Amino acid sequence: MAKIVIDGVSYEVDPNNNLLQECLSQGLDLPYFCWHPCMGSVGACRQCAVKQYLDADDKDGTLVMACMTPASDGAIISIEDEQARSFRADVIESLMISHPHDCPVCEEGGECHLQDMTLMSGHNYRRYDKKKVTHRNQYLGPFINHEMNRCIACYRCVRYYDDYAGGTDLSAQASHHHVYFGRQADGVLESEFSGNLVEVCPTGVFTDKGFSKHYVRKWDLQSAPSVCVGCAVGCNTTPGERYGSLRRLVNRYNSEINGYFLCDRGRFGFDYVNSEQRLKEPVRLLDSESRTLSSEELAATLAEFSSSRAIGIGSPRASNESNFMLRCLVGDENFYSGFSDTEHGAVQSIIELAADPAFHCPSISEIEQADAVVILSEDVTNTAPRLALALRQSVRNKALSLAEDCHIPQWQDAAVRELAQQQRSPLCILSSYATRLDDVASDTVIESPRVLSAIGFAIANKISATAASSDGGATEGYGELIARVAAQLMAAKRPLVIAGTTAGDTDLIRAAANIARALQEKRGEKPVDLCLLVPEVNSMGLGMLVNKENTLGRALEKLSSGAVSHAVVLENDLYRRADSGVVDAALSRLDNLMVLDLLDTPTTAKASVVLPTTAFSEHEATYVNYEGRAQLSFQVHRNHSAAKPAWRWLNGDQECDVETMVNRCSSEAKGFDKLGQLLPDPAQFVAGMKIPRQSQRYSGRTAIKANLNVHEPKQAVDSESVMAFSMEGISAQKDAAFMASSWAPQWNSNQSISKFQEEINGKLKQGHTGTLLIKKLADSGAYLQAESAYPDVSKGSLEVVLAQQIFGSDELSARSNSIQERMTDPYIGISPADAQAQGVQHGDMVSLDGIDAPVVVCIRSKMRTGVAAIYCGNGEINPHALPETISLGKSESAMGERGIRGLIISDVLEDY
Amino acid sequence: MTWEVGSYLNIGVILGLVIFIAAMLIWVERRLLGLWQERLGPNRVGWFGLLQVAADMIKIFTKEDWIPPFADRMSFVLAPAIIMVVILTSFAVIPFAPGVGVVDSNIGILFVLAMASLGAYSVMLGGLSSDNKYALLGALRAAAQMVSYEVFMGISLLGVVALSGSFNLREIVIAQSDGWYIFPQFIGFVIFLIAGIAESHRLPFDIPEAEQEICSGYHTEYSGMKFGMFFVGEYLGLVLIASLLTVLFFGGWLGPAFLPPIFWFAIKAFGFIAFFILLRAAIPRPRYDQLMTYGWLFLLPLSLLNLLVTGAIILVTQ
Amino acid sequence: MFNLIKDTLLSQVVTLWHVFSHAFVKADTVQYPEEQPYMFPRWRGRIILSRDPDGEERCVACNLCAVACPVDCIALQKTEDEDGRWYPEFFRINFSRCIMCGFCEEACPTYAIQLTPDFEMAEYTRQDMVWEKEDLLISGTGKYHDYSFYRVAGKSIKGKDKGEALNEAAPVDVRSLLT
Ligand code: SF4
Ligand code: SF4
Ligand code: SF4
Ligand code: SF4
Ligand code: FES
Repeated sequence: MAKIVIDGVSYEVDPNNNLLQECLSQGLDLPYFCWHPCMGSVGACRQCAVKQYLDADDKDGTLVMACMTPASDGAIISIEDEQARSFRADVIESLMISHPHDCPVCEEGGECHLQDMTLMSGHNYRRYDKKKVTHRNQYLGPFINHEMNRCIACYRCVRYYDDYAGGTDLSAQASHHHVYFGRQADGVLESEFSGNLVEVCPTGVFTDKGFSKHYVRKWDLQSAPSVCVGCAVGCNTTPGERYGSLRRLVNRYNSEINGYFLCDRGRFGFDYVNSEQRLKEPVRLLDSESRTLSSEELAATLAEFSSSRAIGIGSPRASNESNFMLRCLVGDENFYSGFSDTEHGAVQSIIELAADPAFHCPSISEIEQADAVVILSEDVTNTAPRLALALRQSVRNKALSLAEDCHIPQWQDAAVRELAQQQRSPLCILSSYATRLDDVASDTVIESPRVLSAIGFAIANKISATAASSDGGATEGYGELIARVAAQLMAAKRPLVIAGTTAGDTDLIRAAANIARALQEKRGEKPVDLCLLVPEVNSMGLGMLVNKENTLGRALEKLSSGAVSHAVVLENDLYRRADSGVVDAALSRLDNLMVLDLLDTPTTAKASVVLPTTAFSEHEATYVNYEGRAQLSFQVHRNHSAAKPAWRWLNGDQECDVETMVNRCSSEAKGFDKLGQLLPDPAQFVAGMKIPRQSQRYSGRTAIKANLNVHEPKQAVDSESVMAFSMEGISAQKDAAFMASSWAPQWNSNQSISKFQEEINGKLKQGHTGTLLIKKLADSGAYLQAESAYPDVSKGSLEVVLAQQIFGSDELSARSNSIQERMTDPYIGISPADAQAQGVQHGDMVSLDGIDAPVVVCIRSKMRTGVAAIYCGNGEINPHALPETISLGKSESAMGERGIRGLIISDVLEDY
Repeated sequence: MTWEVGSYLNIGVILGLVIFIAAMLIWVERRLLGLWQERLGPNRVGWFGLLQVAADMIKIFTKEDWIPPFADRMSFVLAPAIIMVVILTSFAVIPFAPGVGVVDSNIGILFVLAMASLGAYSVMLGGLSSDNKYALLGALRAAAQMVSYEVFMGISLLGVVALSGSFNLREIVIAQSDGWYIFPQFIGFVIFLIAGIAESHRLPFDIPEAEQEICSGYHTEYSGMKFGMFFVGEYLGLVLIASLLTVLFFGGWLGPAFLPPIFWFAIKAFGFIAFFILLRAAIPRPRYDQLMTYGWLFLLPLSLLNLLVTGAIILVTQ
Repeated sequence: MFNLIKDTLLSQVVTLWHVFSHAFVKADTVQYPEEQPYMFPRWRGRIILSRDPDGEERCVACNLCAVACPVDCIALQKTEDEDGRWYPEFFRINFSRCIMCGFCEEACPTYAIQLTPDFEMAEYTRQDMVWEKEDLLISGTGKYHDYSFYRVAGKSIKGKDKGEALNEAAPVDVRSLLT
């Protein structure tokens, strides 16, 4: 701790930080542009000038940039000093000389950091009457709008996009006051994290395109704290609603998980909530005729289902409450997993390993601290994208330690990067196809699954001889790599092993566990970071609720045997979980199938009763992320159709609110005992007042519904939640746990979050970071043996591995408009050699045996010969119908409208 | 039927006239306010707008008489009735002219004061039963104001009582044949005037209603006829105070013989009413605390002093 | 003591006299509707939406009027036409709530929303006090004849490319080092 004096008041600060950061940590107002809490300082904008004095006798002082000056002990500075003030006013005036007269038609207006800082710096009249520099805009894809005139050249965008997120297609161009931030040519921004530009850019250069189409100002959005349902990371988000539709989604700071950034799937993939295809009414489908159910019929149907020992099939994309309620309805033994069988096995072993005291499942912020990482065939960029962004930061730990050796403060961003150049912490990626992280990997192995798991086991065995050894033949030629990776992991301060379920090979998980266990054995007491990824938002929750033996395969078997007459499927499309033939056979034997879902799916088409359910923003719910961290997500807006949360349908007529449900789940379900801790503590509410979902500036209250009836209806009452569907109540200005979007006087942009952090980049004051549910066992387990059987690949056929896509592999987000513009058709990725052998060209359509739909050939230069990476699209191809090995046939059909043109993968050869 | 004090005819005519005059004051006040504010006031309904009162009555009778669901029904309905009743009863002891009046009571003054204190209940009940924060504030203010000003109102009259040696209002008038009490009791008159305005919470002392601060104070939730009763009650109060001033300090019906006594009474009383309206047109409302300080720290000592001096003089001269 | 009486009592009496003396002054009242008063152009009456000199809708749906409105009686939704102009998809004013404060006009950056001297706004049913854009939009420029927001703004629309707005230089060629 260091003592510094700011404007005559002394403060305790952290000497490892810069003055700007510490001023903000102390809650002081100091304007800035180029500094970003997550990206350090470069001193580009000159906006954060303060006066620094040598000692108490120094009356003149020197102007310094606060963001470039360490908060060293004894520093005496002044923010209010007249010279510093006028300097800042001059700087903002010159930054603004070419700024367009755009605020009324600028999507940033009202939450614009530039507006805030202009006001704060005291520039309010334009004196410059010469011509303004102008620029042409670029087309940047379906997500982001470009309005380059508004740029103030703070360089935050390129520092974020290139340096932080590893993008390559956004750059600073031209020079002096002509500097331009954009791509070389019009085109889609390639990074999976491009959406963060909207929040990183302090002006309206990069704005949310989808939001702009139905734009409203920030203060007019009704919002509540929510959790992203795009993958199992569980990033915190703030969706905003107006006039009954969900308008946009932005990041909500959580120090443990997403920090300041989201991925594009989460940010832009919410639009299905507004879809015309949403199910709206409870219907009975009979002989392909559908009829809306009356409430009596509904009650009778529910009674029939609950009394007939129905089978219930849960869902990894449904909340804990819904899954739990289904389990209550059908009984423990009749509640079956909604995973595919392989995934079910994998999730169960992940849950077992999570309880092992030898391992620690790291949060995203902990992943950023890892300084040696090995990934076992999990394509994180496409399955848990935010984690990939964290891994990009983890490789910078080398740079940070180099900087430390040279006594360069870590926030000196440009200096640290200059010093380290291309030196990175080790990241070894074992994968069947090239991934989007390869550019920062120290080692990339692209091999068939058999070899990958063998290498995994071998690394573990190399670290500790007690670990199971592996098939020596398979690892041939990789001895050096194995030794290197083992040594890197051993030498690291915080090694990390990553694997997951989506590669479809549970051996990889076992190998990962072995590596981590070997590390733990050799390194001693502390548990080792082992991150085992599951694919969907509540995969962990469902896995913890369902009995290990109750696989989907068993359920389908039971159904096809005709032993049961009733089944309930909860928010799940079974055709994505098992072979279509098997599902068809099972469902055709069934007289009564009740499906609860929010959108129509092939499964709802087979149902006799379909009940519409609410989407993530329409209900309060809890989800468990990959770490076993349970989080509460609040309802943002109401659904005006007959849709209800699934648990409410299943609960029948019984009155029950979410809180009761969560408490019930917490007390009755094994492993969920800490779930109740998520619920808001009633003691913190002033006089029992709720927290408004609408801002104090929410406009149009007396006109919104006036066209329907000039007599205003009573404000909607939310009897269930601690939040109100109005601006009544006391907003969560002090308690960040219920804070959907931050606001502080003079800080209308998202930068106001600093006012709510204990310190910059620290925890939110009283903020929830979720509750870890997993209880560690007393004793650690044993090393695991390889179990998987791999196919023999005959000549002429290819071994099948499944490829994932960030835009398309997630069922719900794939039904959002802007995401659909980025999706591609199913493709098969093969090596150039295989392409030649099979006689196919890039972009050809081929048929796969046993599969109806044709796929596009995508020649990937780095593919292993004999291996085919198949991306199944959004349900176009059933992955469970794919054989283990496959041969290609020519197909006459032409490439679909989407084709694979939008595919962004590193190893597609340009000239194909 | 005979025409004598206390006869039914007498009572009937007085009751009818008093209410009629109070109602007509609605028009008179608005015309006078207009006159002094360079406006016209109501001039559309009937000749010079005289039927405005009738129009207002029709409106007020046909308006929805809404009782808020959260109000305490009983006291809510009772409150406006109380004010009407107590003020009308007060008129019983007023000697309008020789032979015109309801009763000749020996304790006329005391009766009027007693009724005036009952009036406070009306306002308080109205405010409390409405279950509305403005109404509650209005009721609190009204209670404090009325209770305070009653004190000096009573004391200021004691000079008159001492001089005339009677509580009977008719006798007090007769005792003024030699000279109106306004001269010996000027201070008593001023205090009584001020206290009277405060008691009937007329502007500038309409602090319990103070639209700009607390909506409409104790009658915020009232509408229709119940509001009408409060409204007419206020004018009745105005007439009552004017009548009392006439009787106590201006010799009641006494006057040169070319006009019948009742006319003299009417002219004097109307003079006061016009003066009250002028006050309303001219003087802004004081703050609540100013009103209280003024009452307790200035008017109370002054009225006591007045009583003391009057007593002393009577003692010396007799 | 004298001062006290002068300040309190006398001043009240003088006030009373002054007000009383108004009884002898002619009334200012205008006998509407027989006699029509002169309405000043900036009188704050019925609200309209104006058009720019080119005859296009001036409102750019920026929502500033709505947020400035103290009674929240303006609701609108932004949309965009093929020319790239922003305009309101719907624009609704609930005149039964409007207090004619003029804040909306103060807030409007484009002179689109203006209050006019028309004060005869009574309706027989309250529902008729809710006005939509079709009812509000007039065909003229209202009080401000020459202003066109898009001629000043940096956003390009059809017919006004980058660099063609007021005080703008031609767009930069980023590939050139010469300028
Ligand atoms: S970037 Fe900010 S200051 Fe610039 S036009 Fe947009 S809202 Fe206005
Ligand atoms: S585009 Fe935005 S982030 Fe990039 S330099 Fe300009 S103002 Fe800064
Ligand atoms: S005049 Fe005032 S109340 Fe009426 S719409 Fe405009 S801002 Fe709202
Ligand atoms: S302030 Fe003006 S431009 Fe903006 S929405 Fe209102 S009327 Fe339209
Ligand atoms: S924030 Fe310090 S120079 Fe930009």
